[in-house]
Amino acid sequence: MVNLIVIFMAIVLVNNFVLSQFLGICSFLGVSNKMSSAVGMGGAVVFVMVIAELVTWPVMQLLNKFEIGYLQTVVFILVIAALVQFVEMFMKKYLPALQKALGIFLPLITTNCAILGATINAISFGYTYVQSVVYAFGAGVGYMVAMILFAGIREEKLYNTEGVPTPFKGVGIILVAASIMALSFMGFTGMFQ
Amino acid sequence: MANVMTPVLLVAVIGLICAGLLVFASKVFHVAVDERVTQVRECLPGANCGGCGFAGCDDYASNLVADEELPCTKCSPGGAAVAAQIAEILGRAAGATEPQVAQVMCNGTCGARRTVLEWQGMQSCKGAKGWFSSPNACMYGCIGLGDCVNACQFDAIGIVDGIARVNRENCVACGACASTCPQKIISLVPQKNMVHVLCSSTDKGAVARKNCDNACIGCMKCTTVCNFDAIHVEDNLAKIDPAKCKSCGLCAAVCPTGAINSFKKLPSKEQAEKVAAAKKAKAAAAKPAAPKLTPEQIEELKAKKAAEKAAAAKA
Repeated sequence: MVNLIVIFMAIVLVNNFVLSQFLGICSFLGVSNKMSSAVGMGGAVVFVMVIAELVTWPVMQLLNKFEIGYLQTVVFILVIAALVQFVEMFMKKYLPALQKALGIFLPLITTNCAILGATINAISFGYTYVQSVVYAFGAGVGYMVAMILFAGIREEKLYNTEGVPTPFKGVGIILVAASIMALSFMGFTGMFQ
Repeated sequence: MANVMTPVLLVAVIGLICAGLLVFASKVFHVAVDERVTQVRECLPGANCGGCGFAGCDDYASNLVADEELPCTKCSPGGAAVAAQIAEILGRAAGATEPQVAQVMCNGTCGARRTVLEWQGMQSCKGAKGWFSSPNACMYGCIGLGDCVNACQFDAIGIVDGIARVNRENCVACGACASTCPQKIISLVPQKNMVHVLCSSTDKGAVARKNCDNACIGCMKCTTVCNFDAIHVEDNLAKIDPAKCKSCGLCAAVCPTGAINSFKKLPSKEQAEKVAAAKKAKAAAAKPAAPKLTPEQIEELKAKKAAEKAAAAKA
C-alpha cells in the first residue's frame, strides 16, 4: 500500500509529466487559457490514461509472450485510439452529460504523447498491473494539477494587461510563466525515493 | 519466415479486434441524430470559417436545430440562398440577409505614406506591431505584411501597393481578416455601399497629413456636402453611417486628400462643388422646417403605406 502511495505522489509531484518530463506540453499550453477548459482537459486525461493503462498492460504481456515487445509503440497507439473511440461511443449513448463535459477533449488526446508515455513508462519500470494503473492515475492527476495551476496563473490579469512588456506579450509570457512553474516544481526533487 | 509472420499476424489480429469492436459499438451504441441536423449541415458550405460565431458548420447546424430563436442568416459565405434553404428545412421565416464584404479602412499606399523604418523582421503585422507599433509613420494604418492574407481561406484579400485590398468578388464576409488584423482596420460593410472613408487615423489633421498623403484630416467638407446626413467627423476622422449612405459619391469628390474612396464613377469635382454651394445658399435662406407630424399621424401614414403595398402585392 505504501508502495502505491509513493508511486502516486512521486508521479504527481516529483516526476510531474508536464513540468519535469516535457510530456503533453502542447495541450498544456494550448488548452490552459481558461479554467473551465483546463479542468475538462485534465479530467479527460485522467480518464483516458487509466483506461489506456488497464488495456495496454495485458496487451504488453501478450506481446512479450510472442517476443515482439519492440512493437509496443505501434500496437499501443492502435489500441488506445480504438479504445477511446469506443468509450466515446459508449458515453454518447449512456452518459451524454459526461460526453458533453469531456467533449472535444477526448478525441484530441487519443494519441497524446502523455498518454502513450504513461503506458510505456509503466511497463519499462516493470510495474505490476495494480502499480501501473496507480501510476497512470497519478500521471493524469499530475497533469491535471499542472493544468489547473497554470490556468489560474494565466487567468490573472497580470498576464493580459499592460504590465507585460510589449515583446513578451502573447506566447512569450506564457512560456516564461510555464518555466517558472517548472522551476518551482523542482523543489519536490528527492522527496520520494 | 515464422519470425516475420508472428508480429504481422498479431498486429493484424489486434487491428481486426479493434475494428470489430468499433463496428459493434457503432451499431449497438447508435444514437439517433435529428435528421434535420444532417440536412442543414448539407446546405451549409462547409468552409468551417467560423463567421457565424460557432465552432464550425457542424456546430452551427446542431445549434440551429436546437435553438428556435437562432437566426438562420448567420452564414455569410452561403448568403441568402443558404438561409432560404435552411429556413425551408426548419420551417421558419428566412429573414433578410444583407450581403456584406470586408473593407480595409486605409488608403496609405506606398506612395502616400511615410515610413519610419525599413522593416526586415518577421513578415507578420502582429510581429511588427509588437516591436515598433508600426513601421509606418501612421500608427493606425495598414502595416501591409499580410496577416489578413494568411487568415483568408477564400483568396479574397491581397497586398497591393503596400496595403491590403479586398477582392469583392471572392469575399464571403466571414470576418477572419477583421479579427486577425492587429490594427483593427478591417470591417464588414454592406455590399451595396460603394463609398467608404479609407482612413483610420484619429490624429489631428496636420499630424495625420504629415504621416500620410491620403489621410483624413477632419476638414468636414464631406459633412457639408452630404445630402443624407450620412457622414460625420468624430475624433478627427470622418465616419459614414452605412444605413444612411446612398453611395452618391459627393463626399469622395470633394475630399481634398483622397481619404474617401468610391467603387463607382465619381461625380465631377465641379458638380460636387456646385451641390455644396447650392446647399450653403439654401441653408442661408433658412427655409422654415417641415411641419412636425405627431406620432399618431405617423402611424396612420405607415398603415396607409402598408395597405397600399399589400394591395400592390395582390395585384
